Amino acid sequence: MTATASTHRRPRRRRPPMVLARRAGLYLAGVAVLLFSVFPVYWMVATAFRSQGEIFSAEQTLFPRTLTLEHFDRVVNGRLLPGVDFWQFLTNSLIVALGSVLLGALFSLLAAVAVARFRFRLRTAFIVLLMIIQMVPMEAIIISIFINFRKLQDASGITMLGNLTGILIVYTAVSLPITIMMLRGFVAAVPKELEEAAAIDGATNAVVFWRILMPLVAPGLVAASIFAFITAWNEFVVALTFLGRSTDSFTLPLTLSYYFGRTGTEWGPIMAASTLLTIPVMVFFLFVQRRMVSGLTMGAVKG
Amino acid sequence: MAQTIEAAPPGRTGGESGAERPPRPRRRPRLPAPYLLIAPALIILSGVLLWPIVQMVWYSMHGYSTRHLMPNAPAPEFKGLEHYQTLLSDPAFWRILANTVVVCVLMVGITLVLGTLVGILLHKLPKWFSTTVAIGMMLAWATPAISASLVFRWLFMPGRGLVNVTLDRMPDWLVGSGWRDFNWFLEPVPLFSVLILVIVWQAFPFVAVSVLAGLKSIPHELYEAAKVDGANGWRSFWSVTFPMLRPLFALLLILQIIWDLRVFTQLYILANSFQNKSVYLLSYYIYQQGFSANPPNYGMGSAIAVVMTLMILAVTAYYLRIMIRQGETR
Repeated sequence: MTATASTHRRPRRRRPPMVLARRAGLYLAGVAVLLFSVFPVYWMVATAFRSQGEIFSAEQTLFPRTLTLEHFDRVVNGRLLPGVDFWQFLTNSLIVALGSVLLGALFSLLAAVAVARFRFRLRTAFIVLLMIIQMVPMEAIIISIFINFRKLQDASGITMLGNLTGILIVYTAVSLPITIMMLRGFVAAVPKELEEAAAIDGATNAVVFWRILMPLVAPGLVAASIFAFITAWNEFVVALTFLGRSTDSFTLPLTLSYYFGRTGTEWGPIMAASTLLTIPVMVFFLFVQRRMVSGLTMGAVKG
Repeated sequence: MAQTIEAAPPGRTGGESGAERPPRPRRRPRLPAPYLLIAPALIILSGVLLWPIVQMVWYSMHGYSTRHLMPNAPAPEFKGLEHYQTLLSDPAFWRILANTVVVCVLMVGITLVLGTLVGILLHKLPKWFSTTVAIGMMLAWATPAISASLVFRWLFMPGRGLVNVTLDRMPDWLVGSGWRDFNWFLEPVPLFSVLILVIVWQAFPFVAVSVLAGLKSIPHELYEAAKVDGANGWRSFWSVTFPMLRPLFALLLILQIIWDLRVFTQLYILANSFQNKSVYLLSYYIYQQGFSANPPNYGMGSAIAVVMTLMILAVTAYYLRIMIRQGETR
C-alpha cells in the first residue's frame, strides 16, 4: 500500500513518461518472473497431456495441438512397464508419509510442551541438539544409517531395509527438529493462566491437554504435519539407498527415477507421473506457505 | 501483604513463583515430566541421526565394506588417517571439491541476488499483481526435486528438448549453430549450468518471499529520509534495506549454503549414471563410494562425508552463534 501511495505522489517531481516507463518496466519484470517460475511446471503438465506423436516430433510447439489422457492411463493402469503397479507405489508413499506424520506429530507435540512449558537441566542442550541435527546433511550420514539398519536387521530379524519400516523411521526423525521448533512457538503462545485456571477448577492433566492446549495448538499441528508430509512425500536419497531393487516397496519419487532409468525417453508417462506426484504437494503448499517461511527463518525478521 | 500470603492455600502457589517451600505433593510428580516428554523424540533423534555422526568419523578411519556386514565377519581393520591421505593426494578428489565449492557459490550467489531483486520487485508492485507472481513462484518452490529434475532433463534433451529446439531455431549469428543435438549432460560446464538453473529455480522463491516479509517490517520513514538526503535506489538499499535486514540475509545465506552443498537428487537425475567422475559433487561421491562402487567402500565414503560435514559445520557455527545470541535457545 505504501509503495503505491509513493508512486502516485511522484508525478509532481518526475516527468510522466519516465513514470510510465518505470511502471511498465516493473510490470514487465513481474511478468518475466512469473513466466520463469511457472513455465517448467506448465511444460510438465503440457507434456503429460500431449499426444505421443507430438512428443516425438522434432518440432516442439508451445501449446499441445491435441490433449490426451493416454499417458496417465499407461502410468495408472500399469501398462508402462510390466509388473509395475502405480497404485502399489502410491499406497507405499501414503503409508510412509502418513505414518511418519502421525508418529512425528505425537513425538514433536510432547517435546514441544516440554520445551515451552518446563525449565529443566538439559533443555538448552536439547534445543542446541535440534539445531545441530538440522544442519547435518542426510547425504553425509546415510552410510552409517544404512550399516546400522543392516546390523539391526541381522540381529533382530526385523526387516528394516527393502521394505517401508526403515524409511518410515528415518522420515519421522528427519522432520522432528523443525516440527518441534514450529510447535514450541504455538505451545508457548497458549496463556499459562488458562491452564492454571482449569487446573484450579479441578481439571486433570489429560483434560487440560485435550480441552485447553489442543484446540489452541491445532493450527500449528496442522502446519507441522503438512511440513512432515511434504518432506516424506518428496524424499529421494534415503528411499533409493534403503529400497534398492525391492520394486514392491518403492515410493513415488523412486518410481519416477525407475521409469526414467528404464524407459529413458518415454517423456509423456514420466511427466504424467511427475504431475501426479506434484499435485498433493502444491495443494498443501498453498496452505502452509507463510508458516514455512516463518518456520525456516525463525526470528531473523524480528531484527 | 503478609496476611494474603498466609491466607493463600498452600497448594495454589505452585513452583513457578519461586516460593521458598513449594508444597511436596505438587512438586514431586512434576520433576521427571519434561524428560518423559522429550524421551521419544530424543531417543529417535539420537539413534537415527546423532549417533551416525559419531559412527561416520569412526568408519572413516576403518576399512569397511560389505564383507564386514556378513555374519561372523572379521573386525574392520583400523586404518587411521589413510583414507584422508588417499583423498588429499588424489587430484580427482580435489577437482570434485573445487567443483562443489564453485557450483555451490554460484547457486547461492545467484539465488540470493535473484531472490532479493524479486523480493524488492514484489514490494513495489501493486498487491494483486505481486500476489499473482507469488502464487506462480509457489509452484516452482513446491515442485518436488525429482519432478523438477526430470522436467529440466526433458527441456534440455538432445534432439527434442524445447531448449535445444528453440536455440536451434534462433539465428546462428546470435547463438551459434548445432544446438539441436547438443548434449548438456556429458561435460561439467553445461551439466552444472543446468543443475544451477534447477536449483535456483526451486530456491529463489523462498528467498524472495522472506525478503518481502523483511521489507514489510522496515518503517517507510527510513526510505523517505534517505530520499530527502538524495539517495537513489541503489544507495538506499545499501544504507537502509541491507543494514535493517542483515540478520535475515545472514540466515538466508547460511541456509542456502547448507542446502546447496548437499545437492544430490537433481544431479542423480541429470547425470543419470556414476560413470563420468568429472561431473561428481561431494554428496554424489559419497553415495557412489557407499552404494555404487563395487565393492562398496564405506570407509572412504565416510571420509568424504566427514569433509563435507566439516565444511557445513564451519558455516553452521556462525549460524548457531546468531541463533543463540537471538535467544532462540532460551
